Amino acid sequence: MSQAEQTGAGVPAIETDAVSKRFVNTLDLAARIARRLGADVVEEVVHAVDRVSIRVERGEVVGLVGESGCGKSTLGRMVAGILKPSDGVIRYKGRDLAALEGREARQAALAVQMIFQDPFASLNPRMRVADIVGEAPLYHGIVGRAELSDYLDEVLRRVGLDPAFKRRYPHQFSGGQRQRIGIARALAVKPEFLVCDEAIAALDVSIQAQVLNLFMDLRQDLDLTYLFISHDLSVVEHISDRVVIMYLGRIVEAAATEALFAEPNHPYTQALLAGVPRLDLRRRVYEPVKGEIPSPLAPPPGCHFHPRCPHAMARCRQEVPALREITPGCWSACHLNDG
Amino acid sequence: MATAGPTLVVRGLKTHFFTRAGQVKAVDDVSFEVGRGEIMGLVGESGSGKTVTGFSILGLVDPPGRVVAGEVLFNGENLVGLDEERMRRLRGDRIAMIFQDPMMTLNPVLRIDTQMIETVQAHREVDHAEARRLARDALGRVGIPSPDERLKAYPHQFSGGMRQRVAIAIALLNRPDLIIADEPTTALDVTIQGQILYEAQKLCRESGTAMIWITHDLAVVAGLAERICVMYAGRIVEQGAIDGVLDRPVHPYTRGLIGSVPSHNPRDGGRGGRLFQIPGMTPSLLSLPPGCAFRERCPRADDACAVDPEITRPLAGREVRCFHPHLETAA
Amino acid sequence: MTAQADDIRLAEVAAPAKAETPLRRFVAEFTESKLASGAFLVFLVIAFVAVFAPWIAPTDPYDLATVTVMDARLPPGAESLDGRIFWLGTDGAGRDLLSAIMYGLRISLGVGVMSGLIAMLIGSLVGLTAAYYGGRVDTVIMRIVDIQLSFPAILVALVLLAILGKGVDKILVALVTVQWAYYARTIRASALVERSREYVEAATCLALGHRRILLHHLLPNCLPPLIVVVTVQTAHAISLEATLSFLGIGLPITEPSLGLLIANGFDYMLSLKYWISVYPGVALLVTIVAINLVGDRLRDVLNPRLQR
Repeated sequence: MSQAEQTGAGVPAIETDAVSKRFVNTLDLAARIARRLGADVVEEVVHAVDRVSIRVERGEVVGLVGESGCGKSTLGRMVAGILKPSDGVIRYKGRDLAALEGREARQAALAVQMIFQDPFASLNPRMRVADIVGEAPLYHGIVGRAELSDYLDEVLRRVGLDPAFKRRYPHQFSGGQRQRIGIARALAVKPEFLVCDEAIAALDVSIQAQVLNLFMDLRQDLDLTYLFISHDLSVVEHISDRVVIMYLGRIVEAAATEALFAEPNHPYTQALLAGVPRLDLRRRVYEPVKGEIPSPLAPPPGCHFHPRCPHAMARCRQEVPALREITPGCWSACHLNDG
Repeated sequence: MATAGPTLVVRGLKTHFFTRAGQVKAVDDVSFEVGRGEIMGLVGESGSGKTVTGFSILGLVDPPGRVVAGEVLFNGENLVGLDEERMRRLRGDRIAMIFQDPMMTLNPVLRIDTQMIETVQAHREVDHAEARRLARDALGRVGIPSPDERLKAYPHQFSGGMRQRVAIAIALLNRPDLIIADEPTTALDVTIQGQILYEAQKLCRESGTAMIWITHDLAVVAGLAERICVMYAGRIVEQGAIDGVLDRPVHPYTRGLIGSVPSHNPRDGGRGGRLFQIPGMTPSLLSLPPGCAFRERCPRADDACAVDPEITRPLAGREVRCFHPHLETAA
Repeated sequence: MTAQADDIRLAEVAAPAKAETPLRRFVAEFTESKLASGAFLVFLVIAFVAVFAPWIAPTDPYDLATVTVMDARLPPGAESLDGRIFWLGTDGAGRDLLSAIMYGLRISLGVGVMSGLIAMLIGSLVGLTAAYYGGRVDTVIMRIVDIQLSFPAILVALVLLAILGKGVDKILVALVTVQWAYYARTIRASALVERSREYVEAATCLALGHRRILLHHLLPNCLPPLIVVVTVQTAHAISLEATLSFLGIGLPITEPSLGLLIANGFDYMLSLKYWISVYPGVALLVTIVAINLVGDRLRDVLNPRLQR
């Protein structure tokens, strides 16, 4: 399996090696009996993530882009340790996460934190802010009870919140402030790697700018590495060093940001970029991509994109294109590149 | 039934909510016009009053809110205070609405053909077969393949994008003069959004239907609309032709909003740099002090802003509510 | 750095003056409905009467020394031989009905609430376990719950009491057996929803152990629908117990609940001595309606979809 490698030495912060995630709707006893009796009942398998290998180097921001059903959120959750991969290995600083135990496993788990999309659902509504942010550091012994209050004040100030409000409840804050509380919660355990899963999508435009700037400040001040998951290409273009495009569980293209946006190789990337609304394009005539995004329950055979691709050939229907390095640093999975 | 003048004229519209915590002036003195076949973008963030404006036009504001002042002239007829029967006949026939969630239009337990035929027959004397034909044509016009079979399906058998297209088809059925679209593509994927935007443009071009496109996404409005109204805290702070407002914004909020968007923006710090950010957050509409609502966050505010700003016309075709608009020639 | 200072300054402006605990907000929303507030007050009065019956009842109807059959079947307002007024009349054995109702409320309410609480404890633990661990554990538990719930409550109670005999503890066992499954199912549904919420995922991401997540994060957020079920089920338990007592299978006559009082007076209905059955019936009705109204309002207030 090929890996999207970066020109840059050293052990990557996070690396996924042919990672897959399947969600299986196992048949319960009643359904199994029905099947035995001849009913047409099948076990449904969703290949949410299909043999994905990515590398994120220390200090990088990698943007992960895709539409519904592409698996980017699932991949993000596997990297953050919320879901376990069905196949493949995830390595943190070169070490297999699944093989770690005890203290090392805990350290690795705390080093990778996640910022969630929904500012309303990502905070426990029955806990005060001080407890939300302070629970984990206290639980893991990162800070003692005596120093907790000062530590919390410092973390809250860092994300732009006034520590005077740490006794309040989440419902008393706005969406943007709640998102900051979520960031504070992640920062409180001193992570090295942040997975941002559509972290600004639910916020107002002007607040998005604030939070994006906060992310960039934190990256610099705390030497953080990011996996930035988003469907918003403009934001990804602005903040990422490299971009990975996913479609229906597979990577279709990965390249440095400028290269990808200047010269997209894969037809899906081209369609995506062509369809993004832009401030400077007025009264534009949209040329839509035909067809619907297929359901992950029944993905098309061969290249997943072939039903909607304007350049589809017979080969695309039969053979899964391999992810290959087209030019140094630019990877694409398309048969058109085979000459 | 369209007259020669503008399809919609809104003057001094005020919609207030009388809640247990106090009075919320969700829409506070809003005025604009939409001409025949024109697409107008109504832009604002949460709490700006853009959705309530749309609902007020259609008379869909529920208690504890109500329209307290102003007029809404639709083809010359004032919709504010209109009797419910007349309003019901206009809704779905001459004015239609598309919502962000298509399930607000579609009944999950009825087939698509039932719902569409119902919509047609509620406003016109046609027989079942003719209504069905109209429904099928409408589905075809929004780009749904094999419309005859799709008519027999239920909403849950469609994907999100398809459902939104069906909702648009229903809005189109009686060929209305005005469509109010409230964030119809916000929840859709980029490629599907592109399809919907394409259909919307085609419609307005072909049938002369005027459209108000309510959204928070400036980039979508940039590609679609001819005029734009920017709302903040219940008031329109700037309105004008799209090119003028986006290339040469006059109100500090509009400027800040455009600067916040990382979209090939000459105003931002370049890729990787800091985005321009408007400090603070939207004020609560409950305890809004008098004067310009944007005062707390505006870099140009001073004591003069403690009074409500009136509408001024600093440039041709542009209206703005500000005591310190950006009038310098350099963008 | 200046931008952050701006945010702090404006965050001050935006956040409200005092910490509005979820409890305060809940009370404010609950009391918006006059009907529910009134019902709650009525319930408080009933509960007060039930708890303090031995002290506030005019007589002790089960003190055989003060009861005489000469006072039997007197209508409401009649006087006893020694000058006391029987406000609600007397029953077939000469007991003051008002006092009997107060004592009866004590037993009915006590048994109903106690069985509800025990059933809630058992049901919650079982339901939470099923939801959190999922898989086979969940399947097995929920099939047991389904089987339990498919039998009518009265039938199960009748069978159990026939086996166990009479007595307060036996009634409690029967009522708990009949109710726990409902709590288990309710909390399981709630926990399943909450388990996939992002704050629980965040807790997983922060490596906070299973037990802590279950007790500190899941349980407190599953309480709202549970509270609603508790009120409605308590009313149901009270009425079930009354039914069993009415049928003569419930509590022994030494612990007369409202059901028994109603049963005792049933024979006199045709001779127009209605008060012996009707007044205990009214007391039962008012109790159950008050609890149900409170439960109804609770359901509306605690509905997460209506919350911001």
